[in-house]
Amino acid sequence: MPKDTGIGASNKRREDVRFLTGQGNYTDDINLNGQAFVHFLRADVAHATINGIDTSAAAAMPGVVRIFTGADFEAVGGLPCGWQVTDRHGEPMQEPAHPIIAQGKIRHVGEIVAAVVADSLDEARDAAEAIELDLTDLPAVVDMKSAVAEGATKVHDDLSSNLCYDWGFVEENKDAVEEAIQNAAHVTTLELVNNRLVANPMEPRVAVGDYTRHNDESTLYTTSQNPHVIRLLMGAFVLGIPEHKLRVVAPDVGGGFGTKIFHYAEEAFVTFAAKQIGRAVKWTSSRSEAFISDAHGRDHVTKIELALDADHNFTAVRTETYANMGAYLSTFAPSVPTWLHGTLMAGNYKTPIVYVNVKAVFTNTVPVDAYRGAGRPEATFQLERVIDKAARELGVDPVELRRKNFITEFPYATPVAVEYDTGDYHATMDKALELSDRAGFEARRAESEARGKLRGFGINCFIEACGIAPSNLVGQLGARAGLYESATVRVNATGGLVVMTGSHSHGQGHETTFPQVIAEMIGIDESMVEIVHGDTSKTPMGMGTYGSRSIAVGGSAMVRAAEKIINKTKKIAAHLMEASEGDIELKDGNFSVAGTDKSVAWGDVCLAAYVPHNYPLEDIEPGLEETAFYDPSNFTYPAGAYTCEVEVDPDTGEVSIERFCSADDFGNVINPMIVEGQVHGGIAQGIGQALLENCAYDENGQLLSASYMDYTMPRADNLPGMGDYVVDHSCQTPCTHNPLGVKGCGEAGAIGSPPTVINAILDALHSGGHKVDHIDMPATPARVWAAMQG
Amino acid sequence: MSDISMTVNGQAVSGQAEGRTLLSGFLRDTLGMTGTHVGCDTSQCGACVVHVNGEAVKSCTMLAAEADGAEITTIEGMANADGSLSTIQQAFQDHHGLQCGFCTPGMVMSASALLKENPKPSEAEIRAYLEGNICRCTGYHNIVKAILAASGQEVPAVAAE
Repeated sequence: MPKDTGIGASNKRREDVRFLTGQGNYTDDINLNGQAFVHFLRADVAHATINGIDTSAAAAMPGVVRIFTGADFEAVGGLPCGWQVTDRHGEPMQEPAHPIIAQGKIRHVGEIVAAVVADSLDEARDAAEAIELDLTDLPAVVDMKSAVAEGATKVHDDLSSNLCYDWGFVEENKDAVEEAIQNAAHVTTLELVNNRLVANPMEPRVAVGDYTRHNDESTLYTTSQNPHVIRLLMGAFVLGIPEHKLRVVAPDVGGGFGTKIFHYAEEAFVTFAAKQIGRAVKWTSSRSEAFISDAHGRDHVTKIELALDADHNFTAVRTETYANMGAYLSTFAPSVPTWLHGTLMAGNYKTPIVYVNVKAVFTNTVPVDAYRGAGRPEATFQLERVIDKAARELGVDPVELRRKNFITEFPYATPVAVEYDTGDYHATMDKALELSDRAGFEARRAESEARGKLRGFGINCFIEACGIAPSNLVGQLGARAGLYESATVRVNATGGLVVMTGSHSHGQGHETTFPQVIAEMIGIDESMVEIVHGDTSKTPMGMGTYGSRSIAVGGSAMVRAAEKIINKTKKIAAHLMEASEGDIELKDGNFSVAGTDKSVAWGDVCLAAYVPHNYPLEDIEPGLEETAFYDPSNFTYPAGAYTCEVEVDPDTGEVSIERFCSADDFGNVINPMIVEGQVHGGIAQGIGQALLENCAYDENGQLLSASYMDYTMPRADNLPGMGDYVVDHSCQTPCTHNPLGVKGCGEAGAIGSPPTVINAILDALHSGGHKVDHIDMPATPARVWAAMQG
Repeated sequence: MSDISMTVNGQAVSGQAEGRTLLSGFLRDTLGMTGTHVGCDTSQCGACVVHVNGEAVKSCTMLAAEADGAEITTIEGMANADGSLSTIQQAFQDHHGLQCGFCTPGMVMSASALLKENPKPSEAEIRAYLEGNICRCTGYHNIVKAILAASGQEVPAVAAE
């Protein structure tokens, strides 16, 4: 029976009312008195030397307040990188300077060359057109393998090459993996591309900087998933503003998907410029700017080998990946192809030994960083594609090949440094096959074939690692940050609560789900709990929301703080009822003494904490406010099995998704409605990657897909219809090491769906006699048709 | 600059606009009605859809001057007179048809125009109509459900067809 309150209830979202009535408060809705506007003049070539910038004509244009160029930022720090990877030889990665405004050289289309601040945005734009640039074009480095070839043009003159790092994991296993491959009964090899994507939250990035001279305080309003991280990075490393003089506010944020994690030049610019000109400065990205300035995602070129013994047991996996970093290191870029990718290469399988080599490469393209899934989709795609290919080569059922190699005993220490705490991969496979009616597939295929269409069934398993932690471990791996989360629970005198969380909601619904947890713990109505997030002046130091970490890490911090509150209220209740603290029970918002009919209400205990007349002042302080920082002892490991059925039109190569089914294990679920919504969204992005989306550069480093006219965003009619689409999360193996037993659900859909779709397409093609081993994403009609022609 | 007057959500309003000022910019920046959102610069995303004289229009495709004298309805004018959510708005909440909320104003305005034209649309008709509205969060599944529900159709019954 579904619950109607607390943990497990599909509560309607309280934030919806403001969003549905136009009352949201997004960053672009913020307008400060006297604000000026900045328009950035961005490079329209990928690689050039800047010989000179003539701003004199522009500066004389109407409304222009001031024009900034690289010269104004010579003394300002560059954007810091938050993760240092150590290479195979024990050397640190190459880490180039990352200027706010280009210093002498342009390294990608979209890089900021000058900034015009004016009274209006139109005036700033007009003036930017009058800036004269004297450039000497340089050859652009776009293709990764060419970029690391001998004699390649260097993106950064002061680095030894375009190789950021050459990472081996687990390096000690390199020779053993080679030996296992040599001795294998069968080796399946696959070369593939994980296509470059743009995250495309519907709200473009916005930053508004403000400065008040009387108290020397700066404020930045920004579209961020983690305002405290921006405050720390920008304050300490870029502008030299101590944190007590810097407030960062991320109000309603219109989607993030990773690309709003990072600290961007525009944020530092508006904060810096506001102080310089003594006026607030506002920047609103256009969508065209977003395509050439938001960090991109994915962009791996990979060769994977899977070794099997004669009984089809996996004996080794080896993968060699080229990972595009773009022109500069975005905030967490180095971690994505390494620690968020290599550690997932065991997948759901008991492969005894794995070796992952990643060469991260600088190119004259927009920086690449985490996008929904971040490293985990890249790991899953190659592993699940090569398993499908192996099944075909060996003539065995791809489901049975997976089942034979599933990890079945937990906890399980993988050969890639992580320990899965729980899971049941047969259960999610069973559920996926049942919901997708695999048994009825052949009949559906026959029906499709009768209409002249090819039909394919794709299966895929995945594992994810969420809530990356603990901090001391990730510090050893190169993270320059802690990965805890914080919460303060403030109980007011009349019993209502405010939770100030370091997590940030930009669509995930924290304002609804977090109160469900508190309500369950105390036994009060959810309406008594308010959630505050997104403002460094109101919430404790928090790491924000990404990597499906909010409920697993932020929720756990909230639980810990609430437990402290409950412990204290029990002491107060014991005093009020003249009972022993150990006998106090809290249920349905009432404290009672075990074995008696004595009770006192939650509200009365809270009031006593603030009006402490009858109160154990000698033992405890008045007031009810507690903070907890929660640093997880391990990742969480959501996993699942997905199925997809496609129809391929053999005349056109057009693919349509006829059925799709996900069976996820997220551990315990707080709000099923919201979890299903997260999965729908993730799957839509994964189907987008598989069929539609692609970030295309030409050989000169021009981004060809830099608008919604060129980059294909999934539309409503690209996705499976209602009767043919099931998302299920009924298989639940609770996480063993966090207080809620939760695992996280935000990225699963985007990780699990791309290989499912491609596996289904290849199954369809093979059914039509087309011996196609692989199709790169997006599987556009042109690519599928060409593959069918051999 | 020229003087522009229009009726927005039943209120007479006026302001000054340059010839190049778009209706979306006039609503947001001149009138301070920030419920209408701008998500692209090529008229694809549909976050800025409003009703102009009863027709759904992407307000970034129209100059403010062209809307002089027009009757405009925006997301701020969609709730019931008592402030409660209208049928369409309520259906979006009931069926979790929004996450970050940024595309939502345009979705609600488009859905309302659809149901005016076609009071009982099929699932396929809804999906086709939403061609001009991009959502990145929901995968559209629950938006389609919400529109079906708002049209008075049984969502599970339709889904099973």
